[in-house]
Amino acid sequence: MTDQPLGSFDRVTRRYGDIVAVDDVTLSIDPGQLVGLLGPNGAGKSTLLALLQGLRRPSSGTVRLFGGDPRDARNRQLLGTTPQETALPEALRVREVIDFVGGHFARRVSPDELADQFGLGDLLRRQTGSLSGGQKRRVSVALAFVGVPRLVLLDEPTTGLDVDARRALWEAIRAQRAAGVTVVVTSHYLEEIEALAERVVVIGEGRVLADDAIGAVLSHVGRSRVSFRTPDAEAAARLDFDAHHELEGENLVFTTTDADALVRALVGSGIAFSGLTVRGATLEEAFLALTDQSDRKVYS
Amino acid sequence: MTTLSPASVTPSVARLTALHAKYTLIETFRIPIAVIGAMVFPALALLFFVVPNRAVAENPLFATQAVISLSVFAVMSNGLFSFGLTIAENREKPWDPYLRTLPAPGIARVLAQIFSTGMLGLVAIIPVVVIGGLFTAAEASPERIGLGLLALAISAVPFMLIGICIGYAMPMKAAIAVVQVVMFGLAFGGGLFLPPQIFADWLNAISKWFPSRQAREFVIWAVEGGPLEWWVWVGIIVWTVVFLALALVLFRRDEGRRYR
Repeated sequence: MTDQPLGSFDRVTRRYGDIVAVDDVTLSIDPGQLVGLLGPNGAGKSTLLALLQGLRRPSSGTVRLFGGDPRDARNRQLLGTTPQETALPEALRVREVIDFVGGHFARRVSPDELADQFGLGDLLRRQTGSLSGGQKRRVSVALAFVGVPRLVLLDEPTTGLDVDARRALWEAIRAQRAAGVTVVVTSHYLEEIEALAERVVVIGEGRVLADDAIGAVLSHVGRSRVSFRTPDAEAAARLDFDAHHELEGENLVFTTTDADALVRALVGSGIAFSGLTVRGATLEEAFLALTDQSDRKVYS
Repeated sequence: MTTLSPASVTPSVARLTALHAKYTLIETFRIPIAVIGAMVFPALALLFFVVPNRAVAENPLFATQAVISLSVFAVMSNGLFSFGLTIAENREKPWDPYLRTLPAPGIARVLAQIFSTGMLGLVAIIPVVVIGGLFTAAEASPERIGLGLLALAISAVPFMLIGICIGYAMPMKAAIAVVQVVMFGLAFGGGLFLPPQIFADWLNAISKWFPSRQAREFVIWAVEGGPLEWWVWVGIIVWTVVFLALALVLFRRDEGRRYR
């Protein structure tokens, strides 16, 4: 039981009409991991979660949750999920929402205990319609843990929170992780993945582009941005074959793992250039470079 | 560390149905305007139009029929509003997909909706029956009232299905308008506000096609006895089948569209 994956995708494809949202994905989520699911909007992260929650049926392939079909309610007993914060029924009090959701599970945490863990103490008596966006978000995330789950799916858990609230929520999620809960976090917010995840799965255009320990994934991606103007962009683009490159206006921009080598090669090549700048890439730029299939490249 | 509830058993369908019905009702009563519409209007109609009209109010037969007509109206508007607006609203709100990720089978949620609608329907006809009993000559034995409630529940099915069709066919704002038009059309056409006895022949002929007219005659038959015309029960069955089929078609189409 302990070695069986909590959730798995076996060659899963999901189409919406002509659009392929998830393209032949094979992936398993093993007990005790904190997995970050990372990718730009529209990459297929939400569809993967929807498949695992039983909201969608795969077009082909098999999705398993605790060894069974996620569309069968019984297999969702140990799954915790989060509503969008705008979804909470406005007329119900926070304590009632917790009781309503908790009533679905064989085992559950009491509202007071949950309020303690997620800092909701003074909110329990309020109607959810009167809460601020950040407060709703905290309540939504807490709801994922009310049924003492083994696997929790968090979709963009801290979007729209200020820095303090975000760190507090990360603390609460790490505490759940330490207590043995397996967590899958989606985000296009990279600091969040860096703060929470041990394993990172990078999704782009419905495919798994990278799946490794966070350190290993980070060492693969380019961390420097090198930018300059040149009349011969095509030749310059060939200087660093492994690096991602694109044209931004007049500038040719590389996202590379080795800026020094690229600059040496550029100078040595004799290609005319001007306006050379080198700076560290943000993680967001680095991951977008990994997932970008755009036609702004000079060659591909 | 973590305190757990003593029950360590997966909740049964019955318990989940009760849970969903409980919170559906709490939500409905917290925004009472929806309930007031359903509860107050039939009672007011009885109080203003029937009670002062002594020719009807003092005649046990007519008074009972008037009370039944407005009870049918209460149950009908409740079914149309409750299903039509709830479904249209849920299709637009992200709370519904979240509930579908919780470990509750779909049947528990459907049963909860029917149960909570039934409870509201019961609440809506109580003032009608009380006012009718106190201020008019309407009369029926307890057994007959029981039969009448049963007949009301049966004849309410087509209206719930019409509500479901409206809920799946259109967005919330359109559904509010359409439910009201349908409700008043069915109420007047079915003889719930004005008794069919004063209808012109042509109107009476059309009226017999209305599910509201059939519901009225069906409940009157259950309470007062007498002959049951064939078009009453045939009509209820036919409308139930027609709107059930339409509801299923619209439900499937909705899934297709939502998942695009």
